Amino acid sequence: MEIPYTVKPRPDTGLYNAKVGIWLFLASEVMLFGAFFSAYILLRVQAPEGFWPDVANGWPHGLLNIPIGTFNTAVLITSSVTVVMAWIALKQNDFARFRRFMAVTVVCALGFLAIKTLEYKEKFGHYVIELTNGTRVTGHLDVNGHSPLFWTLNDVKAAKIEELKVLVDIPNKFRFPVGHAIPEETHKAHAAGEHHKDQTFKVSDIASVKAFIPSTHPFFAIYFTMTFLHGLHVLGGAIVLFYFGFIGARMWKTDPERFTNRIEVGGLFWHFVDLVWIFLFPVVYLL
Amino acid sequence: MSDSKHSGAVAAAGHHHHDYDFAAHKKVYWVVGGSLLVGTLITVLAREWEFSSVALTVAVALFIASIKAFLVCAYFMHLLSEKKAIYLILVTTGAFAIGMVALILLSDKDPVSGTRPKVHYVP
Repeated sequence: MEIPYTVKPRPDTGLYNAKVGIWLFLASEVMLFGAFFSAYILLRVQAPEGFWPDVANGWPHGLLNIPIGTFNTAVLITSSVTVVMAWIALKQNDFARFRRFMAVTVVCALGFLAIKTLEYKEKFGHYVIELTNGTRVTGHLDVNGHSPLFWTLNDVKAAKIEELKVLVDIPNKFRFPVGHAIPEETHKAHAAGEHHKDQTFKVSDIASVKAFIPSTHPFFAIYFTMTFLHGLHVLGGAIVLFYFGFIGARMWKTDPERFTNRIEVGGLFWHFVDLVWIFLFPVVYLL
Repeated sequence: MSDSKHSGAVAAAGHHHHDYDFAAHKKVYWVVGGSLLVGTLITVLAREWEFSSVALTVAVALFIASIKAFLVCAYFMHLLSEKKAIYLILVTTGAFAIGMVALILLSDKDPVSGTRPKVHYVP
């Protein structure tokens, strides 16, 4: 049985079926991401004004790597351009050029995911350390030259460490007002214009060690939830576009118009994924 | 068989699109892509600007993002020249999305007793 209206438009909508289908699916995706953005707004607005390193109070600023986020945005925008150029290449019956643009699109998608993975790993090895005197720092741990992930104070004690080496982040204007509940040594490093400083803390002076993970602060909970969900969409889209570009491209020989429509529909999903990131990046990284 | 059927189908597809100005459309896509990259840079640089209030900061960031979103929707997703059925889907979606966001944000004004978040979050 042949599926109707895969190429010929339906008389009532004037569209082929897959186009109506993808827009209905994108409508459901708008509701999904809209709900998460609403949750972010509520969490953000309700949080009192607090800055790093007070990640336990208020809303932490300056904890995400903006140059990497900006580069990732550029990668996704580039992939949006290449996927639409792939579609128009098919319109011009240039299959070779279509394949080249699809390859670039998939490479951009995988690049985005690779960069995201590195960002996540950096977060898992980034800590907020609260001292018993009430001051706090953030930074990466240095345990015998390695930067461990997901450690807590119990892990530090289990490793029989007496003095914990930390590559401490030094505040900048985005991170927090200077002099707010930080050790004196960190304050001096800021005054000297340093960006990071190796400091050593006695384990007996440490009250808690928490990685930048969801349980540490709602900011990380919503950040990881939204970016991971978006990342899943990027992965799914990449798999589909790869299939269309390479394995499923046989249809170009048997039914080129239907194949072109498939690329258009896949491209629409890809542009939506880009659209979500266009809002996600400034909201989570910059504001 | 497949070659003649394919070339016939391709010819039919090409004939269907012979009025389509490919060069002009491709130029538009490159220009839109470039504009999106520039918009991203402006968004990042805007972080250095000191605005008089948080509300204004948020408004500027979302305004730039909305322009970028319009470019993606209008040109990459071809919404400038779509059929009514798609516009109907989008308008309905927009109405439901606005309603959903409004309900979620308004729920802050009507909390269940005892569930109000503490002023200082304690993990």
